Amino acid sequence: MIAAIVFLPLLGAVIAGFFGRLIGARGAQLVTSVLLVVAAVLSWIVFLGVADHEGGVQKLHLMTWILSGALEVDWALRVDTLTAVMLVVVNSVSALVHIYSVGYMAEDPHIPRFHAYLSLFTFAMLMLVTADNFVQVFFGWEGVGLASYLLIGFWYKKPSANAAAIKAFVVNRVGDFGFALGIFAIFLVFNNLSFDAVFAAAGSEAGKTFNFLGYDVDILTTICLLLFVGCMGKSAQLGLHTWLPDAMEGPTPVSALIHAATMVTAGVFLVARCSPLFEHAPFALEVVTVVGATTAFFAATVGLVQNDIKRVIAYSTCSQLGYMFFAAGVGAYEASVFHLFTHAFFKALLFLGAGSVIHAMHHEQDMRHMGGTWKYIKLTYAMMWIGNLALAGVPPFAGFFSKDMILEVAYAAHTGVGNYAFTLGIIAAGFTAFYSWRLLFMTFHGEKRWGGHGHGDHGHDDHGHGHTPHESPWVMTIPLLALAVGAMFAGYVFFDDFVGEGREAFWGGAIFVSEANKVIEHAHHVPEWVKLLPLVVTALGIFVAWVFYIARPRWPAALAATHREAYAFLLNKWYFDELYNLVFVGGARALGRLFWKGGDGLIIDGLGPNGISARVLDVARRAVRLQSGFVYHYAFAMLIGVAVLVSWYVYKMGVTP
Amino acid sequence: MIADLAQGWPILSVVTFLPLVGALLILLTRGEGEATERSIRSIALITTIVTFLVSLILWAGFREGTAEFQFVEKHAWIGETITYHMGVDGISILFIILTTFLMPLCILASDVIHTRVREYMVAFLVLETLMLGVFCALDLVLFYLFFEAGLIPMFLIIGIWGGPRRIYATFKFFLYTLLGSLLMLLAIIAIYLTAGTTDVVELMQFDFPVGMQYWLWLAFFASFAVKVPMWPVHTWLPDAHVEAPTAGSVILAGVMLKMGGYGFIRFSLPLFPDASLYFAPLMFGLSVVAIIYTSLVALVQEDMKKLIAYSSIAHMGFITMGIFTFTEQGLQGAVIQMISHGVVSGALFLCVGVVYDRLHTREIARYGGLVSRMPVYAFVFMLFTMATVGLPGTSGFVGEFLILTGTFKASTLTAFLAATGLILGAAYSLSLYRRVIFGELVHADLKDMKDLNWREIGTFLPLMLTALWIGIYPTYFTTATDASVQNLITQFRAKIAANAAPAAPADAAPEAGQGTGN
Repeated sequence: MIAAIVFLPLLGAVIAGFFGRLIGARGAQLVTSVLLVVAAVLSWIVFLGVADHEGGVQKLHLMTWILSGALEVDWALRVDTLTAVMLVVVNSVSALVHIYSVGYMAEDPHIPRFHAYLSLFTFAMLMLVTADNFVQVFFGWEGVGLASYLLIGFWYKKPSANAAAIKAFVVNRVGDFGFALGIFAIFLVFNNLSFDAVFAAAGSEAGKTFNFLGYDVDILTTICLLLFVGCMGKSAQLGLHTWLPDAMEGPTPVSALIHAATMVTAGVFLVARCSPLFEHAPFALEVVTVVGATTAFFAATVGLVQNDIKRVIAYSTCSQLGYMFFAAGVGAYEASVFHLFTHAFFKALLFLGAGSVIHAMHHEQDMRHMGGTWKYIKLTYAMMWIGNLALAGVPPFAGFFSKDMILEVAYAAHTGVGNYAFTLGIIAAGFTAFYSWRLLFMTFHGEKRWGGHGHGDHGHDDHGHGHTPHESPWVMTIPLLALAVGAMFAGYVFFDDFVGEGREAFWGGAIFVSEANKVIEHAHHVPEWVKLLPLVVTALGIFVAWVFYIARPRWPAALAATHREAYAFLLNKWYFDELYNLVFVGGARALGRLFWKGGDGLIIDGLGPNGISARVLDVARRAVRLQSGFVYHYAFAMLIGVAVLVSWYVYKMGVTP
Repeated sequence: MIADLAQGWPILSVVTFLPLVGALLILLTRGEGEATERSIRSIALITTIVTFLVSLILWAGFREGTAEFQFVEKHAWIGETITYHMGVDGISILFIILTTFLMPLCILASDVIHTRVREYMVAFLVLETLMLGVFCALDLVLFYLFFEAGLIPMFLIIGIWGGPRRIYATFKFFLYTLLGSLLMLLAIIAIYLTAGTTDVVELMQFDFPVGMQYWLWLAFFASFAVKVPMWPVHTWLPDAHVEAPTAGSVILAGVMLKMGGYGFIRFSLPLFPDASLYFAPLMFGLSVVAIIYTSLVALVQEDMKKLIAYSSIAHMGFITMGIFTFTEQGLQGAVIQMISHGVVSGALFLCVGVVYDRLHTREIARYGGLVSRMPVYAFVFMLFTMATVGLPGTSGFVGEFLILTGTFKASTLTAFLAATGLILGAAYSLSLYRRVIFGELVHADLKDMKDLNWREIGTFLPLMLTALWIGIYPTYFTTATDASVQNLITQFRAKIAANAAPAAPADAAPEAGQGTGN
């Protein structure tokens, strides 16, 4: 069954990709969607089974992959509770996105290719979560990177989409660079790359040091930090986050599937998977906490001022991933994965809802050109409300259970970094509420900023803003409804299993928590004010958004004008892109040119062959037709050489009879 | 059953010299014109295919699990000591298959050649014989002859059927290789004088004095480093590639560069172990510079072939690095990477050839948006781009992964620096792909570009399958090399240990060798 779950999407990708022209757009959609639905249903069966059987690990060995000396890596599928959770998330969202895309991409000329990519992505993601060793994780890791690259650049005629696709791949490669070094270090230390062997031996390596880059450093801390660099790339954490907002160039269903619900959570998954390593590397965990908390705060601030509806949600994703990381950082991996689980539903809902808005507005994404639309697209409007309530953590929606849990564990950690994370997490929660309702109000309420007025200067083409917004077809709204169910109930239903009393039976060893780590236990007994504070700041955030965008719509512009620098700083995303472009992109190109023209051209060639050949060419040109001439010289030189050798030989024979 | 077919006849000589027979047949054809040309092409294609099939019998008969040389042929040749000694082990067998595998594809890709077809095909077939000889030869003199003579047809291929600056390119190629080969020849003479034999198998048991090893190692290095090519003797390669006809580039990148890496593994490590150990930091340094430096240079190229040529140098940097880790992963990775690079870079040059044949320019800026007209081509190009980037599941990953794993054991800093090549590699490869394939189709003459025809698909298909095969099930290849690589490392360590021990026994060995002197 597990093989079917993993390989059905691949089958769909192959059929749609190679035989798309044969079976047509409709056929490709049908094949891939049906296969994904089957995979999703099977995933739920596996999930419920695993949850019932108190964990346990199933493995399916497929074949040997790499074998070289002590290095032995298999293709294998591993299912434990953590995997089962991911299977459900990945396949459920993927199946819904496949269906949704039938409507969303209806007018696109490349439907089979699109569905093939979606299925290919799903396959790679499934290989990632079912991996039994680090190298197969890396296979899935880079595989989803490829699919993400292909899907971001799906509209290949748009230069911005192509640039974003390359940026996503290359920035992720920076993370993968760390991940790969982590794998090498693991093999060096453990002489093995399979999870079971490495995790079993992790404890005995705790506190030992090895030489890395000339320094004696703690083994597990180094390994965990290297792995975490990979996580930062894939999960768009501060420093390596720049690709995620640009990734919104891809079609919206892609954003929902890859850049919200599944791929970007791979980093969180990896940290949870490697909990046996991280638990022995307290410094690495502190780094994870700080990076996560800072990202949660940073992305939330940027989200406050963005005007592109998808970018707001993208920064929101980035921020929420930060929450997941600092939860893991304080040792509450279960809470981290729980938020991953609930987040997948409501963030996919928000993205697909935004897609529905964009669809209704004829591919308008700028919220400044929306407003007052709720009357026309009531269902979408309601879905966005549900998504927002879940995201903001309003009870009893899903986000309430997982996000409050995260804030509570941060508080309950009672460490410096824990308090840091708690403080930033609370502030970011207020910002989250503000930007979510800002999005809601700007998109659906207020005056209509679309249609006739204010667009003369845009020069839009015929499918512009003249039309009234229209509700999306049922093929798009049904996935919305399904996700809304998840956004409403996923938190309440699974709270006990993931982080409550039933957690030990549920996880069954899939996540390793050291004896001393009781952070989740403590989190259930934090003071009342800690539980209430998130609700208060959320209410405050919503209220401010209401004031700014409903009650006093002139205020935001006035505020931006009086605090121009601060506004520009946020609007320009803290100038990360500018800095990176200058230093890395510009630097690499300048160095490349220098090495090419200066190093290769002037120095090496100038001193070497050109200097000599210029002389020889002069002479030779006059003498003979070159192309034959010097070849003979060469053959001649070689023959002389052999002759010399033979002479030596004969000479030797002569003197030693 | 097929395995038994390989026994009882000099299969290595047959594989090696079969192409020469084809070349003779072509020389026997008379006349000019379409019909003759067609029959010449057919003879060349059939010859290379038959050679490939025979090499497959060789492979089927090859016994894994032993480090000994197999299918050995040994005949007196020049006097009594210089012998015609042929044989293969787990390392060389893969290169033989690679060569015979690429040749038919090159012949297929040469359909666009219409000038002096007879000479062209003869040059290629002679070249194949010489390349195969390099990988089979077990006598230094024999090796040297094949190794150096192989350059002559390549000079001709670039010099006669090349682009506008072909003379300059050939000349540069010639100058670089000349220096290296002369030094290697001197070293071979010195070896003969010291050890009294040029037989590789015997030399492997011979202990050269450590002081002498350094000089011999450097002399061989001069020749192999140029061939690989390593930084800073690499500048001939971009020019040679740019000017060479497509099939010439494929063979150059696919097989000829590997002769350098093969040389390091076959000769430098087993014959001069102490020197290899001593110079390993130098090799690491040069390899890392090659990886980073040439990757950066590749990033700013405007010519498709130049970009791929520079990327080749970077990839070869991984290989030289892996070899000098003296670890099983490093060495096996180097072999796999060489095979993989042979397939993938060969395929990439074919990809360039496809559009070059249609538009007659390699300038990247002249392309863009090809995917609208050539979806099949876009797919093929994407697959090989991913393989060159080293995406797991493709052949490029396995080699680089093993090499870096081995390197990390030897030196974390080297591995760290080299791994930046993964980032740069993605940057230049994807930007090439983007500028050629994606974007709006703006140039009017691109609108008539035809997608791949069946001949081209037939050329690419085996390469794609191989790249994926190595990527998904490399164990098939690593088991073939396993015994030989292990034996190499064991011998290497034993020799190092022996020479590190008190000097007395180590000194005795060369004396004994010189004393016999026959």
